[in-house]
Amino acid sequence: MLKFKDISYTYHTGSGETCAVRCLSFEVERGNFVSVIGPSGCGKSTILSLAAGLISPSSGVIERGGGTFGYMLQRDALFEWRTVEQNIFLPLEVKKRNTAEMRAKAVALAEKYGLKDFLKKSPSQLSGGMRQRAALIRTLAAEPDILLLDEPFSALDYQTRLEVCDDVQSIIKNEQKTALLVTHDISEAIALSDKVVVLSARPATVVGEHKIAFGSNPKERRQSPLFASTFEVLRRELGI
Amino acid sequence: MKRQQNFSREHLAYLKKRKRKNIFVTIMRWAMLVAALGLWELLARFNVIDSFIFSSPSRVAQTIGGLYANGTLFYHVGITLGETVAGFFIAVALGYIIAVALWSSETLRRIFEPYIVVLNSLPKIALGPLIIIWLGTGNTAIIFMTVIVSLIVCIMNTLAGFLAVDETKLTLMKAMGAGKLTTLKKLVMPASLPTLMNTLKVAVGLAWIGSIMGEYIVSKAGLGYLIVYGGQVFKLDLVMSATFILCVLAGGMYALIALVERLVVKQF
Repeated sequence: MLKFKDISYTYHTGSGETCAVRCLSFEVERGNFVSVIGPSGCGKSTILSLAAGLISPSSGVIERGGGTFGYMLQRDALFEWRTVEQNIFLPLEVKKRNTAEMRAKAVALAEKYGLKDFLKKSPSQLSGGMRQRAALIRTLAAEPDILLLDEPFSALDYQTRLEVCDDVQSIIKNEQKTALLVTHDISEAIALSDKVVVLSARPATVVGEHKIAFGSNPKERRQSPLFASTFEVLRRELGI
Repeated sequence: MKRQQNFSREHLAYLKKRKRKNIFVTIMRWAMLVAALGLWELLARFNVIDSFIFSSPSRVAQTIGGLYANGTLFYHVGITLGETVAGFFIAVALGYIIAVALWSSETLRRIFEPYIVVLNSLPKIALGPLIIIWLGTGNTAIIFMTVIVSLIVCIMNTLAGFLAVDETKLTLMKAMGAGKLTTLKKLVMPASLPTLMNTLKVAVGLAWIGSIMGEYIVSKAGLGYLIVYGGQVFKLDLVMSATFILCVLAGGMYALIALVERLVVKQF
């Protein structure tokens, strides 16, 4: 579905050049939830920008199975001057797919995931968790094949974070979407993913890949005795 | 948000106190005006100040009444108001268009930056003689003056609003595959609406400066003309009257924009 092959990326500023990513290879299989973790500032966001094609790699090839992307960001970035419903329609408008059918689908999706009573409201009337949920529905509205998640929970307080984390996971599984998440939070990666890719410090390269097979949802995983041991393994690989 | 009907006694007391305070502020505002005018009138009546030089509220009222009676009041007001409104709209519209162009390209921004800085600090009145020679002595010259006085500030404020748009939202638009035009229409323009309203408020003040300045340099009619003429022939009642009318008009126009702002920016 999405394959990074020997990707390197260097960015240039007036004061010099920085190699953010070097010889990075990994794969996201269809229907899988893959997390990329790494020390902070290791170029995780760069990986998503590369995946989405916002920037092109200095060398290497990214294979995309012809799929479309949906991007979910750290902060929900809902537009205050639009209602929640109009926010959800935004990608349809931008991608010129603003048909009655697509709108109906988007509304159905929002209603299915508990936003029914909030559709006509302004984002400022929603709680942090609800806002992030609205952001996810907005991302899903254009029916992307792969979701790119850039630390989408990091701006939330801890309790909301756990709640939204479970929420997002179940919605993504339910809708059978492929997802690539970057995060610095080890436990979040374990709770959500089918596979965790561990990166080194900058320039980022793959240190290890781990399939996570126990438990079927974040809650079960957190309670499993395997959680702690997996956490330890990943922590050691990150070198912290 | 629903309004609650069953307030506690404490809350009712709080509301009452707040309302009282508002009433007090309103009363004091009017009281200040009345006191100032009253004092001025009294000082003039009892010859503490020379009403020939300082005029007085009653003489101002008489002068305005006289202008109204001979039918020239609305003529002069109309001319100045027309010039100001025309200059204001041209400056705001042109400023917006130029700001969009500068927003769209960083290179363009860098090329024009020194020019904008210089034009901003230049006292526009220095261009007075040139404007008369280029555009003649009609309304066009005065409207032109109004435009150049307010244009640069319009450009700078509008552009600052455009550039202050949240980076995350820009990334979001980019990730959706939105081009410059779509980003402008869907994100940048609505997001910068509050700054635009602020720009309008600043521009309205500058437009009045521009039109009166223009009339000082060259005019046959208008409130600025009345002020200059009144000064030359020592009719200070006329100067005071024109200034008073200006206060009312400028205040009214500002209030109108504040009203528009309240309607437009409700959702922010």
